[in-house]
Amino acid sequence: MKRLRRAFLAPAWAVIGALFLGPLALVGLYSFLTRGAYGGLGQPWTLENYTRLLDPLYGAILVRSFLMAGAATAVCLLLAFPVALWIARAGPRRNLYLQLVIIPFWTSFLVRTYAWMFLLRDTGLFNTALQALGLIDEPLPLLYTPGAVLLGLVYGFLPFMVLPVYAALERIDRNLLEASADLGARPWATLTRIVIPLSAPGIRAGAVLVFIPCLGAYLTPDLLGGGKQIMIGNLIQNQFTTARDWPFGSAVSLALMLAAMALLVLFARRGAKELL
Amino acid sequence: MSNVGPVLELRNLTKDYPGHRALDGVSLEAPPGAFYALLGPSGCGKTTTLRLIAGFEPPTAGDIFLGGERINDRRPYERNVSTVFQNYALFPHLTVRGNVEYGLRRRGFDGLERRVREVLELVQLTGKDSRYPSEISGGERQRAALARSLVLAPDVLLLDEPLSALDPNLRKQVRAELKQLQRRVGITFLFVTHDQEEALSLSDRVAVMHRGRIEQIGAPEDVYLRPRTRFVASFLGAVNWLDGAGIRPEATRISRTAPAAGTRSLPATVERCVFLGNCLQVEARLATGQTVVAETSRLDGGFTAGESVHLWWRAADELLFPAEG
Repeated sequence: MKRLRRAFLAPAWAVIGALFLGPLALVGLYSFLTRGAYGGLGQPWTLENYTRLLDPLYGAILVRSFLMAGAATAVCLLLAFPVALWIARAGPRRNLYLQLVIIPFWTSFLVRTYAWMFLLRDTGLFNTALQALGLIDEPLPLLYTPGAVLLGLVYGFLPFMVLPVYAALERIDRNLLEASADLGARPWATLTRIVIPLSAPGIRAGAVLVFIPCLGAYLTPDLLGGGKQIMIGNLIQNQFTTARDWPFGSAVSLALMLAAMALLVLFARRGAKELL
Repeated sequence: MSNVGPVLELRNLTKDYPGHRALDGVSLEAPPGAFYALLGPSGCGKTTTLRLIAGFEPPTAGDIFLGGERINDRRPYERNVSTVFQNYALFPHLTVRGNVEYGLRRRGFDGLERRVREVLELVQLTGKDSRYPSEISGGERQRAALARSLVLAPDVLLLDEPLSALDPNLRKQVRAELKQLQRRVGITFLFVTHDQEEALSLSDRVAVMHRGRIEQIGAPEDVYLRPRTRFVASFLGAVNWLDGAGIRPEATRISRTAPAAGTRSLPATVERCVFLGNCLQVEARLATGQTVVAETSRLDGGFTAGESVHLWWRAADELLFPAEG
């Protein structure tokens, strides 16, 4: 019986080992090596890649990434909560609306991000429309700004907030809302005292699902930020491509991963089970 | 409110849902301090009535008066009524105390501490105040839900099948407690049930509902002994239908010898005799093939299957429905 169980789990372990644990070990290994003369890997073993992270230059990138991911998470929550609440109360049409939330996933994230570039650039839809209406004379600088990056992140990760929050809201017994009103609570009090506390598991799950990928985002800041407002993801990418400094890129990757895990552990104290 | 008018009055209350009428002209008056039962089978509109009074849904037509004031257009949080839900609907993230304080805080009452303590004492939940709903028993949950509503001193307490979520052994005990509690607090209780025994034993007034209408309103003895319709007669207890009249099994007598003149009787053959502990239930078949059930005292001796007997009853025990034709 035990042997059989192991046999059935073997493929899964093989995939996890070959595609996840193996590469991770490699990255860990690289992070303690020195950059070779022509960009490869070289000796000696060193901790310098990690000490370099303390440089204020990288600290600023780290802070900016956390701020950007935090802002994206907050905006996602503010936008997703009303939507999720509305869907949860939509009755038999819920499934249709949920499908609509998921529809963007039918197209590649890259293509959708490019679409935003076309909308936001100087000759894009927004600027031409505003100019045609005579509201502005010069095109507004929309693209290649922190705002554009935030917009792209919110747009990209909004469904990851809507779905868990919806799932939590949908589970709330309607009678509890009626009981709250019955006991004298106005709608706002019912929202803040009953609905939000009871949907906290969904909010936490959504926050993690949005924050962590935003923290490591690379495509959105690259395309919509124009490489001016680089985030950790771009830093890592640079190290592996332009800078050809794999050891440092590996160190940054691992540092990012550890930071994300630390955050998860922090959340896990309040029930990581909800995420699974 | 010093006048003796009804604390709650429903006038021609009607509620339509797409495709069906849940309530069809329901009118009733609940006097202050009454223990009022809305009795009926599922789907008869009794829970809808409660929801309209609480304000969870608007009536299609008709009026609701509370203490003489029309409250149709008030939101649930503006009505001084409170509901004990069938599943209690206790807030799972709040303790017993948090649940009881909830309404007081929303209404900005003072003297929170004292009032909470008093009501927890009243429902015998002292010492359980820091437990969460998931940490207390079903009976305790029911009492917590009662406390949460009673602490607000509502004009009318609405109870939706308050005993149905309890296990049957507990039900009779809680029934007695509920009755006692109502007498102590003196608040008008309007409770919904499909259990006729519950309605008869608890309430001082029963409205029997059927298909969105009230069939009869009266004291428990009235609706049981003098039902106005066949529906009321059969919903409140078993009935033998003989020659267009209804006779309750306990009023149906059975004897081996021909009964005295002046009583009504029919010959029958005993099919079965079941020992029920406090009585014997005899099933007998008439010449027409109809089966009649009679409950007789164990002390009168048993009957055996196949025996020829006489079924008889007093004219006064007949339930008649001339209005129904």
